[in-house]
Amino acid sequence: MSTSGSSAGPRKLRVATTSLAGCFGCHMSFLDIDEYLFDLLDRIEFDRSPLTDLKHCGPCDVGLIEGGVCNAENVHVLREFRKNCKTLVAVGACAINGGLPAQRNHLELGACLQEVYAFRDGLSGSGIPNDPELPLLIDQVHPIHEIVRVDYFLPGCPPSGAAFRAFLTDLIAGRTPRLDYPAIRYD
Amino acid sequence: MSGQFQLDGQAVPFEDGQTILQAARAAGRYIPHLCWHPDFPPHGSCKLCVVKVGGRHLSSCAAPAVEGIEVESDTAELRAERRALLQMLFVEGNHFCPSCEKSGHCQLQAQAYEHEMMSARFAYFYPPRPVDASHPDIVLDFNRCIFCELCVRASREVDGKNVFALSGRGIHKHLVVNAESGRLADTDFAADDLAANICPVGVILHKRQGFRVPIGERPYDARPISRVELAAGGREADE
Repeated sequence: MSTSGSSAGPRKLRVATTSLAGCFGCHMSFLDIDEYLFDLLDRIEFDRSPLTDLKHCGPCDVGLIEGGVCNAENVHVLREFRKNCKTLVAVGACAINGGLPAQRNHLELGACLQEVYAFRDGLSGSGIPNDPELPLLIDQVHPIHEIVRVDYFLPGCPPSGAAFRAFLTDLIAGRTPRLDYPAIRYD
Repeated sequence: MSGQFQLDGQAVPFEDGQTILQAARAAGRYIPHLCWHPDFPPHGSCKLCVVKVGGRHLSSCAAPAVEGIEVESDTAELRAERRALLQMLFVEGNHFCPSCEKSGHCQLQAQAYEHEMMSARFAYFYPPRPVDASHPDIVLDFNRCIFCELCVRASREVDGKNVFALSGRGIHKHLVVNAESGRLADTDFAADDLAANICPVGVILHKRQGFRVPIGERPYDARPISRVELAAGGREADE
C-alpha cells in the first residue's frame, strides 16, 4: 500500500502490523490519525498488515503488535515478527498486560471452554470445537514481552490517534519515542 | 525547634517532629507516595517515597527531618527505582485499567503515569482474587489491592469497626474481611465509613457510581498526581 507522489527523499521505513489476541481496536485507533496517514505514507510502507492482507512478514524496520498471546498461532506470528522486525512495539493494553482476554487467567481452561460451549442453553450440542485448523489455546493469556524481547511499549485501550502519531513521528525521526503526560494512558 | 534541610539542592524548612515527607509537603514540594496519608501515622509499606540521604535509602514518610541533611528525591536513579516498585505492584495484582471504575481516579495508575511506566516489564502473576459483591452499597475487588492498609487502619482507628485485615505472607498476602463468613455483607460496614472512602486504588468501590465522571474530566486525566496534589493545597485528591 503506497501513495503516488514524490519518490525522492529517504528510504521508506517498512512497517508490519498485526493483531494477536486483540480486538483490532488499536488498528482502528491507528487509523484515527486521519489525514496524517497521507504524510505517513511518504515515510513508511506497509508489509504484513490487515491493511495489505499480506499473510507473512518480510524484513521490516518496525513491527506493531496489538493483542496478547492466547494460542499457539499467536506465538508463531509473534516470533515471525520478532525475527523480521528491527524494532518491535507492543501496542495497547492487551499486548502489554494481556488485557481483557487475560481475564480468563484465573479460570481453568477446560472449565472455561465447557462453560461457553457445553453448558449454555440453546447450543447445538456439538461441544467444544476441535477442528484441526483451530490453533491450540494456551492455559493463560500472556503479554508479548513474556514471549519475545520488546523494544517499545505504547499503552492505552486503545492508544489514541494522537499517541500513535507522536510515537511514529519520533520513531521515523530516529528519536527514542517519548509520550507527553496526557498521552500516557492505560484506558 | 525548627531548622532546614536540602531537598534536591533547595532549602526546606521543618518543625521539630516533622518527617522529611511532611516538611517537603508543607513547603509545596512533592515526594511521591501511595500508602502514606496525612491523617495517619506512616505505614512505610509501599516505599514509593524513597529518598537518599548520605547515600542511604530512607522512607521519607517515616524518616524525621534533620537539620542540614541533603536529601535526594527527584533524580533519575530514584525515579527508576520508584518505577520498578510500581511495576512490581502491577504484576503482583490484576490491574486491568480499561475495565476498572477507579481508572482516572486511581493513585497507583497516576503514579505509574507520572513515572512514565510504559509496561510492567516483569512477568505477571495473575493471582486468583475473587470479588465480594455481597454488600448492598459496596463492592470489593481484591484484584487491585496494594496492601497499603489504609482501609484496615481507617476502619480500626477511626470507624471503630475493624472490618479489614491482611492475611497470609509474601506473595500470598491478601486483604480479608473480618467476618465469620468472610463476606462484607456480614459486617457493619457502611458506605459513609472513612474506610469506604480512603482506598487509593480500585478495591473498595461504591455501587451505582461507576464511570460517573467522563473520560477527560477525571482528576488525573490532564495533570499528573504531583500537580493535582500540590494544587489541592497538599490534601489528598481522592475524587
